[in-house]
Amino acid sequence: MKPTVGVVVFPGSNCDRDANYSFDYLGAGTRFIWHLETDLEGIDIIVLPGGFAYGDYLRTGAMAAYSPVMNSVKEFAASGKPVIGICNGFQVLCEAGLLPGALRRNSGLKFRCMPVKIRVETLDSPFTMGGMWPGQVLNVPIAHFDGSYYADDETLEELIASRRIAFRYCDAGGELTDEANPNGSRQHIAGVLNEQRNVLGMMPHPERAVDPAVGGTDGRLILASILYSLQPAES
Amino acid sequence: MAGTAAEEPLHRSLGLTDDEYERIQQILGRVPNHAELAMYSVMWSEHCSYKSSRVHLKGLPSDGPHVLIGPGEGAGVIEVDGVAVAMRIESHNHPSFVEPVQGAATGIGGVVRDVVSMGARPIALLDSLRFGNLPGDTGADSTADRNRWLTDGVVHGISSYGNCIGVPTIGGEIKFEASYSGNPLVNVMCVGVVPIDGIMLARAPGPGNAVLLLGSTTGRDGIGGVSVLASAAFDEQAATKRPSVQVGDPFTEKLLIEGSLSLIEKGLVVGIQDLGGAGLCCATSESAANAGTGMTLDLDQVPLRERNMEPFEILTSESQERMLVIVEPAKVAAAIDECTRLGLRATRIGVVTDTERLICTQGGEVVADVPAASLGDGPVYHRPFTAPAPRQVKTVDAPGPGLPPDQALLKLLGSANLASKRWVWEQFDYQVMLNTVAGPGSDAAILRLPGTETRIAVTVDGNGRYGQIDPREGARHSVAEAYRNLCAVGAEPVAVTNCMNFGNPEIPEVMWQFVEAVQGMGDACRTLQTPITGGNVSFYNQTLNEAIYPTPMIGMIGVLKPGVLAPPVGLQDEEDVLVLLGRTRDELGGSEYQRTILGTLVGPLPELDLNAEASLGWLLRELITRNLLKSAHDCSEGGIGMALAEMVAQGRFGAEIRPEPGRELISWLFSETTARAVVAVARGDLAELQDLAKGIGSPVFELGVAKGRQLTIRGMEDIQLRDIKAAYNNGFSQMMG
Repeated sequence: MKPTVGVVVFPGSNCDRDANYSFDYLGAGTRFIWHLETDLEGIDIIVLPGGFAYGDYLRTGAMAAYSPVMNSVKEFAASGKPVIGICNGFQVLCEAGLLPGALRRNSGLKFRCMPVKIRVETLDSPFTMGGMWPGQVLNVPIAHFDGSYYADDETLEELIASRRIAFRYCDAGGELTDEANPNGSRQHIAGVLNEQRNVLGMMPHPERAVDPAVGGTDGRLILASILYSLQPAES
Repeated sequence: MAGTAAEEPLHRSLGLTDDEYERIQQILGRVPNHAELAMYSVMWSEHCSYKSSRVHLKGLPSDGPHVLIGPGEGAGVIEVDGVAVAMRIESHNHPSFVEPVQGAATGIGGVVRDVVSMGARPIALLDSLRFGNLPGDTGADSTADRNRWLTDGVVHGISSYGNCIGVPTIGGEIKFEASYSGNPLVNVMCVGVVPIDGIMLARAPGPGNAVLLLGSTTGRDGIGGVSVLASAAFDEQAATKRPSVQVGDPFTEKLLIEGSLSLIEKGLVVGIQDLGGAGLCCATSESAANAGTGMTLDLDQVPLRERNMEPFEILTSESQERMLVIVEPAKVAAAIDECTRLGLRATRIGVVTDTERLICTQGGEVVADVPAASLGDGPVYHRPFTAPAPRQVKTVDAPGPGLPPDQALLKLLGSANLASKRWVWEQFDYQVMLNTVAGPGSDAAILRLPGTETRIAVTVDGNGRYGQIDPREGARHSVAEAYRNLCAVGAEPVAVTNCMNFGNPEIPEVMWQFVEAVQGMGDACRTLQTPITGGNVSFYNQTLNEAIYPTPMIGMIGVLKPGVLAPPVGLQDEEDVLVLLGRTRDELGGSEYQRTILGTLVGPLPELDLNAEASLGWLLRELITRNLLKSAHDCSEGGIGMALAEMVAQGRFGAEIRPEPGRELISWLFSETTARAVVAVARGDLAELQDLAKGIGSPVFELGVAKGRQLTIRGMEDIQLRDIKAAYNNGFSQMMG
């Protein structure tokens, strides 16, 4: 049975079709979930896609965190199933309290759309378990104005101690240089996990690096890993 | 002038002439009331009526095998591989000068709605921008800081609006010239896609059908935008026009795109038109007139942003993010339900009638009653035009001291016009929708065409410097450059849209520039078989007595055969052979070398042989289709020198070049002779390239090879690869500081 990916669509989401396309490309079933829906029956993976939910005129993600679907997403996450928030989806997850920290305006005070490199920091999650190795450098693009990850020192220490930083911005050699940090994120954080390790938020767009015709293939590793994580364990 | 305003008749302060006022009275058979007068004033403005340009646009070539819908609709539409592609350029020059962020943002909104009104989903944006010179660049003057502020604001406006609505900005061009200090240009091109049987038209058919207004509420913003702002030149009081600029709400625009396309897909609408210039008045009268019907509007039903708005304000407000749809009575409930589900406001504001009149009521009383078609049937002017005496063409012909060729090349490479615009396009989401095969920084952007296996290439080009020297030839050159850019990525050019940016048409010498440019554009498009599917005319680009350089912007779409892969610009492998396709003449007239190194502008322009362009285009496509090219770059502004430097800057190696023997090096490097491209091929493929070129009588010259860590051109000092990259990559961002 191929897993079904539910792509949540808020008013103002704009990477919903792209997420749908890329999971479809990898052979998953997909379904759009309008933000007013609350029934996630039959969904195996939840994607909160990129975009500008409600225009993001308030803090990014702040309005979307109160959409009806989010209560269901919280229950879905509590049941241990995988949830990935990409870009605006990451911001929504932070605002909804499903992930620690917040995303602030880029340090350069400009929107940035560019390819970046991120380093795989842990294999212990559904998003990083399949076919990756620790320290592996992936090429994926970013496209955001508010992507500078912030958490207080205590939270950062806890994230590090519990190995919940999933990805860090790095240079081609995997080094954590200032030049390689595109938005001023603390600890070079590009993606973090929740305590149960089944909720990932990341600013880079893995769904934009699936079809080689338009942007490389490294994003496949992340999306395919989620699909792989749902396969019954071999006995 | 302010002291006399109180005594001025109302029609004049609304921008109508005495003759036009007389004609309105004849149409109505009575004196118009305030609301009616306001309606005519916006609809008969230059911006809406094309009253000065119309007679000259008639002869343009608009037919071709790909064209489905030519000029006259919201956007031109061509057929590519079984689907319809809509294309349109709009200007938002004056609003952007008065308020750069919102002016540029709402410019995006407007052209996107034009494309949506054809039933098409917008899939790409491109911007063509012009400003005065930046601090630190040649020709920077006392306006430089302001020019930087405008540039930053316009880029931010495009970024905030385009990124939010989820339409990728895949390309464009941005240039700097003192001529635009008092009047920058912000032209935006939008491309959309729709199944051929899904194309919608701006029609309000079927008396009894409901008229629904979708999207934002109507406020007092942007009243008279087309007349006060777009159809008059600026004076010292430009800032006082700020209230005529609208404020953009990209979130509502995104809902409007999704809502409009959903209604169309569900078969709930029979006609659709966007609200842009002249607001409700324009959308209702045009769609009724197009269908030969009339319309009755209840202005009390229009959702307003503030209380006590006058009828003329409601009718002419240019509040953004609104769309008009015509719905059969039985489907009204379903249409409103669907909009509500998507979070989009939808309100029934009137009904289609068979009266052929646009009748508006407020509080149960008729507040306007005019023949619908008369609003769009504005005056047509045959404005006088005269060629200026050659000595009156304002050019600069006192050259500053030159530079040695290597220093000249580095300076050009770091100039505002030629340096990498990464600082600009990194602020645009050029990837969303996952169709972008080649984005900004390429000779032309390449997009997957959704629903097909085909790719299209898109470019937008204009050259005001050339236009100032010779508007007719300048327009031909702009068409040729767009054509060359598409061919350099392996595409076959198929259609054009355009935006003509000129000064005050009431000045005969400016009108002459326009007439010449239209004819030049038409001539080039006819010869190159790229029909013109539509266009936009922007006059009054002028502050006080200074008109901008005549600047036609050419948007062009080409088609790539399935499986064709465009080569990159940058050099890929050492020992690849660099070849110049085409012949180089001594033609520095109007060039970037003149601009940046000498500080002059003086003709004659390079000779333009369109047949040679077509031959070069064929050759490039053939070479790319055969997969022979490792790199390719069109050779235009900055000449061979700039083409080579960019191939080095974007690539991994330097190059060793031997110029043509017996040529003066500066002229050979920087002449902007047309119909040329620089390509790189593997040594083993050189003979095949030479054979192909020989077969069509196209000259080729072996320039040298990709090699090492420096650019070596015999006869000048070597330039290190790192210096080339630094100048190219940092020149522009340093000026933007």
